[in-house]
Amino acid sequence: MKDRLMDFDEALERYEPVLGFEVHVELGTRTKMFSAAPNPAHPDHHDAAPNTLIDPLSLGLPGSLPVVNEEAVRYSISLGLALGCEIAESSRFARKNYYYPDVPKNYQISQYDEPIAFEGEVEIELADGRRFQIPIERAHMEEDAGKLTHVGGATGRIQGAEYSLVDYNRAGVPLVEIVTKPIVGAERDAPELAKAYVAAIRDIVLSLGISEARMERGNLRCDANVSLRPRGQERFGTRTETKNVNSMRSVERAVRYEIQRQAAILAAGGTIVQETRHWHEDTGRTSAGRPKSDADDYRYFPEPDLLPVQPDRALVEELRAALPEQPVARKRRLKAEWGFTDLEFQDVVNADLLATVEATVAAGAAPGSARKWWTGEIARLANDRGVEASSLVSPEHVAELQRLVDGGALTDRLARQALEGVIAGEGSPTEVVAARGLQVVSDESALVAAVDEALAAQPDVLQKIRDGKVQAAGAVIGAVMKAMRGQADAARVREIVLERASQA
Amino acid sequence: MSEITREQVQHLAGLARIALTDDEVTSLTTELGAIVDAIAKVSEAVGPDVPATSHPVPLANVTRADVEGGTLTHEQAFAGAPSHDGERFRVSAILGEEQ
Repeated sequence: MKDRLMDFDEALERYEPVLGFEVHVELGTRTKMFSAAPNPAHPDHHDAAPNTLIDPLSLGLPGSLPVVNEEAVRYSISLGLALGCEIAESSRFARKNYYYPDVPKNYQISQYDEPIAFEGEVEIELADGRRFQIPIERAHMEEDAGKLTHVGGATGRIQGAEYSLVDYNRAGVPLVEIVTKPIVGAERDAPELAKAYVAAIRDIVLSLGISEARMERGNLRCDANVSLRPRGQERFGTRTETKNVNSMRSVERAVRYEIQRQAAILAAGGTIVQETRHWHEDTGRTSAGRPKSDADDYRYFPEPDLLPVQPDRALVEELRAALPEQPVARKRRLKAEWGFTDLEFQDVVNADLLATVEATVAAGAAPGSARKWWTGEIARLANDRGVEASSLVSPEHVAELQRLVDGGALTDRLARQALEGVIAGEGSPTEVVAARGLQVVSDESALVAAVDEALAAQPDVLQKIRDGKVQAAGAVIGAVMKAMRGQADAARVREIVLERASQA
Repeated sequence: MSEITREQVQHLAGLARIALTDDEVTSLTTELGAIVDAIAKVSEAVGPDVPATSHPVPLANVTRADVEGGTLTHEQAFAGAPSHDGERFRVSAILGEEQ
């Protein structure tokens, strides 16, 4: 069924959007949260076959008992600190009870009343540079659930399925769930803010090195809460929670969609049902899931199989001191240092090339040159091959290539050929230039001879140049560049052409 | 007297996927009520100076190093499974939604 939507601008005129997010981050530890089974979120185990990263605890077999992964606790504390949170003096686990085949124990171990981290704030920046402070309610530790594949049935993923297949590799993967407080004041920036918030969490997680944070792999998952309240009303409206939002762009679209959908319902005198909604990437819509009331009856109680986690304060301070520069601050600093325009900088950020360009600059390239290589030729080649630009060539090689251009040894065109050689694995730029014979012909006498030959072959052009029609020189320059197989500096060739034409 | 009602017992049975007869609901309502009353008595005995605990053992921070251990083979994993496809567990069609 197709939802009625209100025009976005009209919706914003009549209602104020209030947002909230729950972001799940899979930690990239070697093992699971409560057992020594290998963690599929660790790079070593990406391609594991179903049900090969499991042990008795992953399956909830009788007699198996959980033991907390100390590295996962450290990662969680670091993340909590990076979110500006307090780290609890004492924190404990709780059972969240529900019956579904993705949790074989019939409960998920999570945290309820004593999360590891609480009361934080994250600064985010919109594309135009405006900043927002996102209030963080809590960040708690828990375990991921297994993965279900629904098979059969005519009407789609879940409804009408004849049976389901379960892979428990993901069961027990360490998770941190980050919960915001209600976010007010975003107004018409609400969709963009949603995207910027998830991007900020991703950047923080990456800067800490605690997760690969790839949304398409499910390392980072976002549930977006949206509610509307009529202008002037104090009380929050009824919210919906949209799940299954697997890219930053989808987060933005899903929030926009919910604002428009809810506004249409409210304006027609209807009421919003508090429910889970599913985002559909293909249609760009959300659809109703289960109503909240029943399924939220999780009967949390303290996990009797685990003891409290009481982080040593010295460890907390050690982790605080080791925090990297906040990604938002880092971006601001790099943009200023590099002297890029908003657009230039955004190009780099959108292409996920910030660290790559930074490394290229560190290797000696001018920021502008580094940016041009990565967002230009290398991005094009990466796109052709369907891979990430940063996987094609190293920042050091790009800096070396640019040094050869700056030193006059390569033209831009030759440098592009050298780049292809480097990508093909033929060695460093210097080695490729030597092996392929790509140096710019700097032998003046060879250039002069080639120019004289070309002028002699095109006497009409020679006459035109002598008559002052300098643009006619192009034909001669082209002939010379061809004779030199492109390995000449075209500007220098032009100078010689004009010089020789006037002399002869 | 206990606050446990028949409706609560039925609701709980539903969440736990347990089918109860009317007689069972009646007896469980009484029994759960008695348990709740007993807990309430314990609460009365505890003054505000006693900190809440979730565990009888005065211990914290029992953790393990992040070192990989063994895994189950498919044969072991599926040994007790009613149904599987060789790689994954097979369960009956699921009504409702993922959590």
